[in-house]
Amino acid sequence: MTAEKLLTRNFDRADSHTLRAYLETGGYTAWQKAQTLEPAAITEEVKQSNLRGLGGAGFPTGTKWSFVPKNHTGPVYLVINADEGEPGTFKDRYLLERDPHALIEGMLIAARAIRSPTGFVYIRGEYVEPWRRFSAAVGEAYDAGYLGRGFDVVVHRGAGAYICGEETGLISSLEGKKGWPKLKPPFPAIKGAFGAPTIVNNVETIAHVPHIINRGAAWFASLGTKTQGGTRMYSVSGRVTRPGVYEASVAITLRRIIEDLGGGVTGNGRLKAVVPGGSSAAILRADEIDVTADVDGLRNAGTMAGSAGVIVMDETVSIPEALMVVARFYAHESCGQCTPCRESTGWIYKMVRRIVEGRGQKDDLDTILDVARRGAGTTICAFYDGAVGPYISYIEKFRAEFEALIEGAGTRAVATPAPREAIARA
Amino acid sequence: MSASTVAFSEAQLAEVRRLQALYPDARAALLPVLHMAQETFGHISLEAEEYVAGLFDVTPAHVHEVVTFYTLFFRQPKGRHVVAVCHNLSCHLAGAPEIIAHVMRRLGIGVGATTDDGRVTLQAVECLCACEHAPMMQVDDRYEFGLTPEKVDQILEGLR
Repeated sequence: MTAEKLLTRNFDRADSHTLRAYLETGGYTAWQKAQTLEPAAITEEVKQSNLRGLGGAGFPTGTKWSFVPKNHTGPVYLVINADEGEPGTFKDRYLLERDPHALIEGMLIAARAIRSPTGFVYIRGEYVEPWRRFSAAVGEAYDAGYLGRGFDVVVHRGAGAYICGEETGLISSLEGKKGWPKLKPPFPAIKGAFGAPTIVNNVETIAHVPHIINRGAAWFASLGTKTQGGTRMYSVSGRVTRPGVYEASVAITLRRIIEDLGGGVTGNGRLKAVVPGGSSAAILRADEIDVTADVDGLRNAGTMAGSAGVIVMDETVSIPEALMVVARFYAHESCGQCTPCRESTGWIYKMVRRIVEGRGQKDDLDTILDVARRGAGTTICAFYDGAVGPYISYIEKFRAEFEALIEGAGTRAVATPAPREAIARA
Repeated sequence: MSASTVAFSEAQLAEVRRLQALYPDARAALLPVLHMAQETFGHISLEAEEYVAGLFDVTPAHVHEVVTFYTLFFRQPKGRHVVAVCHNLSCHLAGAPEIIAHVMRRLGIGVGATTDDGRVTLQAVECLCACEHAPMMQVDDRYEFGLTPEKVDQILEGLR
């Protein structure tokens, strides 16, 4: 199952970001081939490959492309989501810095499939070096005549907001507004950026497309599971020996990612928990890691493959403290548009924090679970559902740890804070 | 800052027009132009918001709404350098709280503050997506990886 490297094959070349290196390793041959194919045939090939979106949602890519209305006469836009921000994820940074032409070639092919004259690449504002590298590659692609002949690429910088990684939030931001997600339907494929049909795809997803065109859908599909083809890049971090980005089949198990790719658990050496798909994925206990890390494998395990950001925690990690950090993130990044999300993320963070700080109350855990469950599914975008995953799973799977802190708080509260101070802080 | 100092050069105005022409709707160039404004004026004051609004077909209120939404836009003068330490999960597991405490002691300021000499603004920020090098931080345009108190000291020394 040690898959052949596709996306990362050139990463150890010092000049892997240059056009010369890309051409030397077969770059832009898929684009040549794609120019001989009808747009519908390209979409069909991608459908058959079982390529699924690698930014988080796992939606079948070819199916998404097929949603663009066939009879549409105005422009169609291709938007690349390079607003990488899911905690624990860093793969797109590598692709932008080390193989930017793979993304450009994938964009050319995708644009032909959906008949788009213009692609926008939305790069998070903090990614200055990836932005420079990618912009330089776009310049090379123009000079070499790959771009500018029926397809243009505009590189757009974000300005710091996790919500812009949500595809309709990204579109709002691209349009020069605050990054508020939009109500669906209409879906972007019908009415997206600037009111035109728009396909939003993740960097890694599109970087796979040249390989599918070159080597065929059947080959790509065979690399993965029955319902998801190919390899993907796992971002492995936390308490592991070798944190880093690793390309492997989507059919690899979580155990092998942690033990073989990550080199095993550090800290006290014993695994306590793992977040398999970025911080919005529900947490798994140490006895739940013998599952394949593909979209459906992890969905069946009650969590999600998400962005494949694998965060490993050994037995010495405090789960309540980890949830406090995660909850602080969602409180900070809620865009404020929908009331359940805006209010709950803030209040749940405060409650988890007071538990961790020894000021928890008996009913806190049930209150958090109740608030989390009531809000799920009631908001415009998936952000709040992404916060609910960790709220519920951390508490349900490690409840005794939270309860110990709350019980300890009861005994300490007698001795420590003065009544007025306690009221002010609660 | 007096109103007269909030203005782009002719070359910058040409760049604004170039950016606006890249998009089907010129207003989409607002974020890129706000990045330019911040680089030019140091931060985005209310006057700068009004100035930028005048370059687009938008109200100052719209620009204000955008500026206040994004974390990379500063509405107050910032230090000559911005040190942004990640405090999200992977960095937290690798000791980010200790790193932030160390930077605070070294600079003698809290998170969100700027040193009296205007040299450094300190921030604690959400995931910068370089978790394989945790704990890490961003210093202006650069990512700094694998932080230790000693490495932090070296980096801070280099900021003038």
